Amino acid sequence: MKFLVCISNVPDTTTKITFTPDNKEFNKAGVQFVINPWDEYALTRAIELKEAQGSGTVTVLNVGEADTEPNIRKALAIGADDAIRVNAYPKDAFFVAQQIASIAKDGGYDVILMGKESIDYNGFQVHGMVGELLGIPTVAPAMKLDMSGNTATLEREIEGGKEIVEVNTPFVASCQQPMCEPRIPNMRGIMTARTKPLKVVEPTGDASRTQVTEYQLPPKKQGVKLIPAESAGDLIKLLRNEAKVI
Amino acid sequence: MSVLVVVECDKGEVKKSSLEVASYGSQVAQLLGTTATAVAVGEASEASLAQLGEQGISKVLYDAEPRLKDFVNGAYTKLIAAAAQQEDAKVLVLANSNIGASVGSRLAVRLQASLATNVVELPKNDGGQFTVKRGAFSGKAFAEVVLTGDRKIIAVKKNSIEAQHEAGKTATVESFSAQLSDADFADAPKQVVLQDQAGGILLPEADKVVSGGRGMKGPENWHLIEDLAKALGAATACSKPVSDVDWRPHHEHVGQTGITVSPNLYIACGISGAIQHLAGVNSSKVIVVINKDPEAPFFKAADYGIVGDVFDVLPKLTQAVKELN
Ligand SMILES: Cc1cc2nc3c(=O)[nH]c(=O)nc-3n(C[C@H](O)[C@H](O)[C@H](O)COP(=O)(O)OP(=O)(O)OC[C@H]3O[C@@H](n4cnc5c(N)ncnc54)[C@H](O)[C@@H]3O)c2cc1C
Ligand SMILES: Cc1cc2nc3c(=O)[nH]c(=O)nc-3n(C[C@H](O)[C@H](O)[C@H](O)COP(=O)(O)OP(=O)(O)OC[C@H]3O[C@@H](n4cnc5c(N)ncnc54)[C@H](O)[C@@H]3O)c2cc1C
Repeated sequence: MKFLVCISNVPDTTTKITFTPDNKEFNKAGVQFVINPWDEYALTRAIELKEAQGSGTVTVLNVGEADTEPNIRKALAIGADDAIRVNAYPKDAFFVAQQIASIAKDGGYDVILMGKESIDYNGFQVHGMVGELLGIPTVAPAMKLDMSGNTATLEREIEGGKEIVEVNTPFVASCQQPMCEPRIPNMRGIMTARTKPLKVVEPTGDASRTQVTEYQLPPKKQGVKLIPAESAGDLIKLLRNEAKVI
Repeated sequence: MSVLVVVECDKGEVKKSSLEVASYGSQVAQLLGTTATAVAVGEASEASLAQLGEQGISKVLYDAEPRLKDFVNGAYTKLIAAAAQQEDAKVLVLANSNIGASVGSRLAVRLQASLATNVVELPKNDGGQFTVKRGAFSGKAFAEVVLTGDRKIIAVKKNSIEAQHEAGKTATVESFSAQLSDADFADAPKQVVLQDQAGGILLPEADKVVSGGRGMKGPENWHLIEDLAKALGAATACSKPVSDVDWRPHHEHVGQTGITVSPNLYIACGISGAIQHLAGVNSSKVIVVINKDPEAPFFKAADYGIVGDVFDVLPKLTQAVKELN
């Protein structure tokens, strides 16, 4: 079975977010980029399923410029077999989805996995766009994924519970915890990753449908008002009379 | 031309987030000089749909096909696309929920529309440029985004718009059929498992949340969280390590890698306030922190704080709420 795992290159979760002085771009200076945390679930689960099947391949795919390659290599070190980078700035979700759909179609992948959402742009939309472009089902967000032959059983989170869904390959799933325990690279993985194939391809088309014009930081908090523990009950009065939230 | 609002229903009622979406949609319609129609999905009742008039909706389309009671991505997408065609909808508005994101992203391709998720304010329409403000970087920033497509789809973040209520106004409810076939139900759920909800309040919909971290010491102490939540009518939540060790279920885990909440009130009990936790809660309107360590980073993000022991403070708070009510 051929697995395609899409990974996004995002600022580390501890990053203090700042923008260029004109507020038009994210300030990358000094920022450490990581594999989007949700995508690690997709990657590890694909590797586990391949191992369980005893055959198949896991290909990682990123749409990004050359500076994403360290994280693509990291995915190879975790256990993917090969990688593809679509050499383009990921302008927006629709642009990215078109690239993923085109690669998925040409490569004849059976299972296309991605993360629930990118932690930078928080789109939660690439999954459905790829599914619709390919005319195949999408399950988002998936908390569990098992395969038996060409049929997958997934648990899909809904507000207030979960649905058990069965779909046949090919399909798209966007992954989240507790699907698996994400793996970290070991020494052998890091050594072999250097020689695994990483193919760079040019994008198809340049259509996008959104454009960020400005970034803003949230307004600063006023500072905390402390209530002594002895008179904890006073907090409740403040919440009613001052903050007016209860 | 019109604005089409997607309304999610559950057990005969319109979800709170969908009331917000309906209000949002009718205000967009006003801005564009047109009317707002709704299409309802899930288990709805005619009376609750007619009541959407209070949010400024003039007409509601509803397909009573029983298999639409549970979420089915293929069928919902087709139904809403058909409603959008019929109503010549230029703007679609839905909730930034798991259903909204699943359907909205497929519709963006099918209807060749620009999609913005996680939207927190009404749009601006200046000189033909349609701009929305959306949350980005996991609550650490906002982005102004121009939707360049002819059609636009907006997924509105929960609790960021207040639902209006114009008492007495009703919407007409029309039955609607998208001529769905069995193939559209290919990805129908085999089974739906609902959570056992303490007090019946769903975390993603809640406007008050009481949340516990490792400082709660163990699952046997959670009644302290639950008692306060019950008294307040709040949902319960937890930090990641708490769900990782199974003190609480995964669906309660909030933060960068859990769910994002933006209630009016978030009470954090024995949570240190790591940046990844804050990412999931920092758009809450009022944050209260209870922590025995005055240096806990969470106090920097808080509006109110108590430096103290949760085992001492929580019962006092619950008592005070009961006295107030
Ligand atoms: C300010 C800013 C700076 C950015 N800088 C960079 C950068 O330097 N380098 C860079 O590569 N990207 C960068 N991005 C792009 C971003 O990470 C996404 O690739 C793109 O915007 C789609 O995001 P989304 O939130 O809509 O996707 P979502 O729908 O939230 O993503 C869901 C899943 O789709 C997959 N996916 C998303 N994006 C990609 C991708 N590009 N390639 C492969 N799979 C993907 C992942 O599995 C992800 O979990 C930047 C975005 C912003 C907003
Ligand atoms: C990639 C990544 C993603 C992550 N995603 C998330 C996420 O989505 N959500 C999340 O929550 N975390 C996330 N984390 C983990 C995060 O970094 C923190 O480790 C976590 O939030 C800490 O949980 P905590 O506050 O419950 O525990 P601790 O940090 O251990 O804090 C416990 C607090 O309780 C206080 N305390 C102890 N006893 C008492 C008492 N009797 N009374 C009052 N206070 C007391 C202590 O002073 C302390 O401040 C992520 C980490 C990484 C690396």
